[in-house]
Amino acid sequence: MDIFLQQLINGLTLGSIYGLIAIGYTMVFGIIGMVNFAHGDVFMVSAFIGLICVLLLTTVIGISSIFLILAITLVVAMVFTGLVSWAIERVAYRPLRGSFRLAPMISAIGMSIFLSNFVQVAQGPRNKPLPPMVPDVIVLMERNGYQVTLAYKQIIIMAVTAGLLFGFWWLVQKTPLGRAQRACEQDRKMAALLGINVDRTISLTFVIGAALAAVAGVMYLMYYGVVNFADGFVPGVKAFTAAVLGGIGSLPGAVLGGLLIGLIETFWSAYFSIEYKDVAAFSILVVVLIFMPQGLLGRPEVEKV
Amino acid sequence: MAEAASPSPAPKSWDLNPLLKVDHLSMRFGGLVAVGDVSFRAGRGEVTAVIGPNGAGKTTVFNCITGFYKPSTGRLALMQGCPATDAELDALTCGGLASARTAAGTTYLLERLADHKVSSRAKVARTFQNIRLFAGMTVLENLLVAQHMSLTQAGLINPAALLNLPSWRRQQKQAVDHALYWLDKIALTARADDPAGDLPYGDQRRLEIARAMCTRPALLCLDEPAAGLNPRESLELNTLLLAIRAEHETSILLIEHDMSVVMGISDHVVVLEYGRKIADGTPQEVRNDPKVIASYLGVEDEEEVEAVAGVHA
Amino acid sequence: MADHRSDLWEREDTPPEGAPAPQPAPPAPPAEAVLLPALKDAVLTGIITGLLLLPLVGFRATESGSGPLTLTYRFGLVSVFAGLVMVLRLVLNLTVWRPGRPPRAKSAALAGVSQRIAPALKPAFFAFALLYPFIAIVFSGSLSLSRYWVDLGIYILTYVMLGWGLNIVVGLAGLLDLGYVAFYAVGAYTFALLSSSVPLNAFFDAHVAEGFWASWSFWVCLPVAGLLAGLWGIILGFPVLRLRGDYLAIVTLAFGEIIRLVLINWVSLTNGGAGISSIPPITFFGVPFNSGDDGFAAIFGLDYNSMHRMIFLYFVILGLAALTALATIRLRSMPVGRAWEALREDEIACRSLGINTTLTKLTAFATGAMFGGFAGAFFAVRVRFVSPESFTFMESAVILAIVVLGGMGSQIGVASAAILLIGGMELLRNLSFLKADFLFGSDFDPSLYRMLIFGFAMVAVMVWRPRGLVANRMPTIFLKERKAVSGALVKEGHG
Repeated sequence: MDIFLQQLINGLTLGSIYGLIAIGYTMVFGIIGMVNFAHGDVFMVSAFIGLICVLLLTTVIGISSIFLILAITLVVAMVFTGLVSWAIERVAYRPLRGSFRLAPMISAIGMSIFLSNFVQVAQGPRNKPLPPMVPDVIVLMERNGYQVTLAYKQIIIMAVTAGLLFGFWWLVQKTPLGRAQRACEQDRKMAALLGINVDRTISLTFVIGAALAAVAGVMYLMYYGVVNFADGFVPGVKAFTAAVLGGIGSLPGAVLGGLLIGLIETFWSAYFSIEYKDVAAFSILVVVLIFMPQGLLGRPEVEKV
Repeated sequence: MAEAASPSPAPKSWDLNPLLKVDHLSMRFGGLVAVGDVSFRAGRGEVTAVIGPNGAGKTTVFNCITGFYKPSTGRLALMQGCPATDAELDALTCGGLASARTAAGTTYLLERLADHKVSSRAKVARTFQNIRLFAGMTVLENLLVAQHMSLTQAGLINPAALLNLPSWRRQQKQAVDHALYWLDKIALTARADDPAGDLPYGDQRRLEIARAMCTRPALLCLDEPAAGLNPRESLELNTLLLAIRAEHETSILLIEHDMSVVMGISDHVVVLEYGRKIADGTPQEVRNDPKVIASYLGVEDEEEVEAVAGVHA
Repeated sequence: MADHRSDLWEREDTPPEGAPAPQPAPPAPPAEAVLLPALKDAVLTGIITGLLLLPLVGFRATESGSGPLTLTYRFGLVSVFAGLVMVLRLVLNLTVWRPGRPPRAKSAALAGVSQRIAPALKPAFFAFALLYPFIAIVFSGSLSLSRYWVDLGIYILTYVMLGWGLNIVVGLAGLLDLGYVAFYAVGAYTFALLSSSVPLNAFFDAHVAEGFWASWSFWVCLPVAGLLAGLWGIILGFPVLRLRGDYLAIVTLAFGEIIRLVLINWVSLTNGGAGISSIPPITFFGVPFNSGDDGFAAIFGLDYNSMHRMIFLYFVILGLAALTALATIRLRSMPVGRAWEALREDEIACRSLGINTTLTKLTAFATGAMFGGFAGAFFAVRVRFVSPESFTFMESAVILAIVVLGGMGSQIGVASAAILLIGGMELLRNLSFLKADFLFGSDFDPSLYRMLIFGFAMVAVMVWRPRGLVANRMPTIFLKERKAVSGALVKEGHG
């Protein structure tokens, strides 16, 4: 029971991070029907931007309030990562919009390779550790020497995720931007005829997705305290799994999928084998895509003849 | 089966010798009933036209017959050789098999066959509303792909073909000859080596029909074959379809809006509206049916608009 | 969801009634009207580039021994890059992208030349490949000195073969397979495990001849590796092949990773990340390449040289690659190959013609996998060491890039792309002049930039030449005249 509770907390934390990344996949897929393969690496880039920002704030400017540091880092990472994602869409995806079906996918794979190697070249191949940022924990219960703890950083992660999701939900449901986005999702050509700036809407979708990935990146950095140039691939695939599991194209689905993947991963590691935890995630991806490609909350697709 | 047959006392040719019996066909997408309880027969050696306003469910009926959709309920029996009796069909339906062979012929329940088997075994070929040629392959290659089933009887990876043995070359020569026969029929022999995507629209329509005919079908289903054709091309199409009916043992089922085609070549017209059958008879009977006039023939203009929009659907 | 999109686009690109007459070029705008916007655009691009590079190039989190990270600054580098991009953009704006510039017509003379040399290209290619080791020996001066070049030839040919194998799946059948390396791994591990298996060695020593398995295992295991990889292709392919294009890509990627992770973690079978290193060397059909009396050199009356084995390896991979090419050529003109291409063009039409699409895709998947398996067994006998490290997703991406750059479906294109990409990466490793003090300094490692350039190239090919080097498709059969089909008509990938 104690272990169960602890794993539940850990799983929800991890799941929040996956969910934030998954939204980027799901939104881009919804609007232009492509799997943005480079999104995992955008997440990794954002963690690096966060790292640089934290170093700048602590060692150069000398801010000591951890919450101020986190808040500034979040904003900086969101802005710069949004810019990166905007540039990627502009350079690597937009020219391919009329091209054959697999072209954007291949371009995205190239982009993913480019990003991870760019960071390797620019920042070096070694792990980048940070001193623990929010080390305090709350002991929830203690029995037979085993403590169930809830770390402050876990609270921060879950609270930030929940807050952002709420704001984001409002953005998509209630604002003209959200309406334009949903219109483009339905029928891009018709949306353009009705005066919606389709290019700008798509760009903004990429920027928003990247901004959420940046939040995930900063949270990841704070939670694990270390980041590496190769850290984009596996979380990226897991977040994509989350998006598919929740039903790709569905925003609540992405969050639900993220939480589920996070929980499955932690429980699998705790109760079965930690070596095979990635195999478990990949297997879920395969099984979901084969047997329920519409996911938990997605719409089934009817083949047009 | 208490099938409410045609009200006229004289039995119709399609009731006497049907190739395809559609019984109580329904197709639902979620809550939407696209086709509701439609029954009709398509006569052997005849041209049967399915007409109706856009959204009447014509293409859905087609997709059920050709295996692309599995109908929600209903029976689609295709009878090669001799028509099976209702009792035999009921026995087959209850038996759970997809086909039954008797001395007189083979009966297939199309709703139980996988889509590709509807073509390869039950011999139902089709064309598409928005032409689906293999645009990057040549005209000749398109017609050879259509003969895939007869060319792969010895297996998908046939050693004789892999080693290019004479027996294989003979077989391939026959396939090319068959393709040339159809190229001649549609007057495209000169363009055999051109990519199908380079052909003008009218030629693409005819090529798609030739490609379907290369599978040697018992039933040819044409989804709006005259859509987008000019009057001359439309006339050529009539000639081609009549020639197919006269010279081959292929029955034709077609969806069409162009009344000159429907009235000019069909033996039997079925009218659908809102997923239900509202009339069934000879072209003459249907033309004079007040329900048909009210619901379909009177809305020509709107129809045009929708038909244009429908191309992109 | 993207289906209707691509349909719309294709309809616009290819109007039904013939091609429209080319529009007369609009009059060129005056120079000032070009220069000012071009300058503005270039400056904006430069600023954006600077902002993009600022966080990760402008600052570097540097490790200082065991202490905390410190920041180092490289703002100069950022401004150099931003300036370069700005100038490049300005030049392009004023030349290639200049508004009102008439599109460059394709040179008819060039097309004529390429038409004429095309038939001679393949034999010339093959003849060069056959003579390559001897050319390498002549140019490098001696047998021993040619080692580097022969090794490079083997390396490139392995990728040519892998490219041709994947070309069947991606290029012909239009199935985007991101886990191709899994079959390469299956082939390599099959051979590695069987040849180094102690019970098998003992069994053959006891029942056939002493040392039989050590000298013959490659020749026995080569077909086994291919067949087993093909079988894995069927097992993995069966459930996934009805998925749409991009889902298929992701699932195959996941399969590839699963296989690699299992290879790492199943230590009792595969020795985990440490790999298998006791793989016997290749033999000349049972004759070992050693200095002994029964060795290759002694039997053929040559002086012993370790290069003999290397040159033999070269011809083995050349033979395997040629086998792949010939099989593909034959398969393409068979009904199954035509069905693959038809499937790439339009899957629904295929089903309406009675083609069992699942079975057809499966044959493409299994055939491609089989050639991957052959290549894997060859890899294992060449390197004599296998570990999961060699079978990462990056490897799949490299092979895919070769197929994409080559022009999906074209064998000559894929071969050229393999030479270009693999040879180019190798070249980069040797660009030691870049280490000169006035350029990047001695601690500059050009090979670090391999994958960076590689990823960039993949994007660039998609943006500028999405049909690859050889964009045309050659019909498999013709009545009077074989005419290439323009790449604009050929679809790539289904779904």
